[in-house]
Amino acid sequence: MAISDVASFAHLSAADVEALGGEFDAIRRDIEAVRGEKDAAYIRRMIYIQRRLVVAARITLFASMFPPAWVAGTAMLAAGKILENMEIGHNVMHGQFDWMNDPEIHSGTWEWDTTCPAEQWKHSHNFLHHTFTNVIGKDNDVGYGILRVTSDQKWHPVNLGQPVYNALLALLFEWGVALHDLDIEAIRKGNKDPKEMKRQLKSIGRKVRRQVGKDYVIFPLLAGPAFATTLSANFTANIARNLWSYLIIFCGHFPDGAEKFDEEQLEHETKAEWYLRQLLGSANFEGSRLLHVMAGSLGYQIEHHLFPDLPCNRYPEMSVRVKALCEKYNLPYTTGPLHRQYGQVLRTLMKLSLPNKPAAPAPQRPARVGRPSPEELRQHRGPIPPQAAVA
Amino acid sequence: MRTLITPLATLRDRGRAMSVPQKLATAAAGAAAAALGATALEVRRRVADSDASPGSGIDLVRSVVARMTTPLLPDDYLHMINPLWSARELRGKVVEVRPETHDAATLVITPGWGFQASYQPGQYVGIGVSLDGKWHWRSYSISSAPDRAARGRGTITITVKAMPEGFMSEHLVRGLAPGTIVRLALPQGDFVLPDPPPAKLLFWTGGSGITPVMSMLRTLHRRGTMPDVVHIHAAPNRGQAIFRDERVALAGTHPTLRLVENFDDEHGILDVSKLEAACPDWRDRQTWVCGPAPMLEAAERHWESAGLGQALHLERFSAALTASAEGGHVVFAKSGREADLDGATTILEAGEAAGITMPFGCRMGICHTCVIPLKKGMVKDLRNGAEYQENQGVQTCVTAAAGDCVLEI
Repeated sequence: MAISDVASFAHLSAADVEALGGEFDAIRRDIEAVRGEKDAAYIRRMIYIQRRLVVAARITLFASMFPPAWVAGTAMLAAGKILENMEIGHNVMHGQFDWMNDPEIHSGTWEWDTTCPAEQWKHSHNFLHHTFTNVIGKDNDVGYGILRVTSDQKWHPVNLGQPVYNALLALLFEWGVALHDLDIEAIRKGNKDPKEMKRQLKSIGRKVRRQVGKDYVIFPLLAGPAFATTLSANFTANIARNLWSYLIIFCGHFPDGAEKFDEEQLEHETKAEWYLRQLLGSANFEGSRLLHVMAGSLGYQIEHHLFPDLPCNRYPEMSVRVKALCEKYNLPYTTGPLHRQYGQVLRTLMKLSLPNKPAAPAPQRPARVGRPSPEELRQHRGPIPPQAAVA
Repeated sequence: MRTLITPLATLRDRGRAMSVPQKLATAAAGAAAAALGATALEVRRRVADSDASPGSGIDLVRSVVARMTTPLLPDDYLHMINPLWSARELRGKVVEVRPETHDAATLVITPGWGFQASYQPGQYVGIGVSLDGKWHWRSYSISSAPDRAARGRGTITITVKAMPEGFMSEHLVRGLAPGTIVRLALPQGDFVLPDPPPAKLLFWTGGSGITPVMSMLRTLHRRGTMPDVVHIHAAPNRGQAIFRDERVALAGTHPTLRLVENFDDEHGILDVSKLEAACPDWRDRQTWVCGPAPMLEAAERHWESAGLGQALHLERFSAALTASAEGGHVVFAKSGREADLDGATTILEAGEAAGITMPFGCRMGICHTCVIPLKKGMVKDLRNGAEYQENQGVQTCVTAAAGDCVLEI
């Protein structure tokens, strides 16, 4: 569907849309003008906390044959990995802190603690997902090539297994992310350049060797008598991180209210319409400051999509302004408690594993006599109704 | 006394410098070798991914530990204990800020791991200082003499003169508290004193151009090898002559060192016509000149017209920051292409038009795929007018040339 077909936008004129775009630009400028030591201190502090957590976890796990140490070590390691992937890695790789001009905290140099190579993530996520957000056929995050997340995607009997695929993806999320930039859809259609695929696989292989070596060989071996318990702790921490990131990420674009678009939308899309697509295609969730940090600030998915390269610690203040704009222009601002948002995601996934219900009779447009007036045509931003074309 | 070299370039130079066999087998060697020929932005990944066989014992330890810290380096944890324990980004600690004149100060810096203590007198060093969350890089000549005996545990000094409207130099002279951690780039530059020194030398310095020559004088003094030296120094007045007491004392100690001072307030501007009087045998001397641009140009003309260009060594102060302009001549350094741009064409479009395979993504300034290091000059963000100076990565899809610039692609 194109933006102009989305009911909640139908009341906006082209001039309104451009004015709204200007207001979003103003938010960006204001944040750029004030970002400074406070923001730098924030990310440095996150990095500091995360590294201390990991060191504490690794040391604690040397005693992991004692169950309390296993529990504490696993919890700290999982928290450290979640912080690194979500609040630090994801945001730093977006270039949110490039302005610091610090080669150690820069989108060009950051490598994160997961099996997906940073370079591939930046392509599939920063570029494809953030530019073509929710455009079916362009944004591979719409179902990740294996799930049917909107009724606009054609049903296939293979979708019947969706509840199982979903559970597997949640458990193995890290691996799904690692393979994501290979573009399963392109491989399936035979469009993938074999040379590029080989290069990508090699890069993934190198990263996997190091990640697996660290968690499942080196640290367990170093732990000596605690080999097995360290191994199980590291495994559990990785799975916990997988489940958590899956949960958060699925609440970004799949809850009710987050719209999907077709490729037509991209034709002649203005910057202002791009903003609208980001706003309409994303969903926030509510929670405490701690929850937001552990979620990599993705509880502010709307703000993140409007301004993906502004420092994440500014999202809360931006959200106040974005919400006010939504009220001013009478636009939806999709949000809710995390459990409700995820509940909607799960319901959608289950429902869409089955074919669409036979369409209810479409609401009839009011019968029209003759051509629409020029004024109507100007205001109508969707496809011209067939009557107008024939008349 | 150069300003503004790029830390990106410096990192590469660090790689080059380290590839020369040297005793300094510090923990930096592994990182630096991996960094060889890579852009700074690639350095870290190259280091982290490097499966190259380690060269020495310490490298072996480092590479084993890096398997535990992957995707980070051991340094990323160690510098949390002591900020100087990292060779990934060279760091230094300012241990003293010593006023020299009312507008110049000497910073005494203890370098951290990986710093090359065996710099040559006359070289300069890049220094990065964090101001309001952002790292700013400048280069300054080292004014101290290399201390081989200190075996890397010594300090280095740079001497900075606060320039009008130079916010960095102003901050370094008046705003830097002892204890501040700065970033460093390895010493470089070929304005150096050979070892052993030539038999007859002339140093001609103006203002803060004294700093590299001070390092040379201190080196000659420390080694006890002071040859026949004439040092002509020009300063606005006695009070603003940096290191004056020390130079006078050195001239007292070494009969072969003759000091000629010119204070503009008392003696008028020193120009080449006065040179003959101050040092009649200048033609017989290897000469090192460091000072303001007009002085360097005059010296260059004078020596070349005498056919003695070979005997002249110059250290250029680069001009103050390029003033912002609309458009300019853009050089794509690695691919050897060039273009003249207006102020509205993005660097990305220009590069593509010039036939370069430019990295690109969203083409709207959000995804940071197109970031390329800006080596020289200035670009302007077309969205908000923000200006980006050399020594950082710039988003080519939303920036246009603001004057002549050089990009690393």
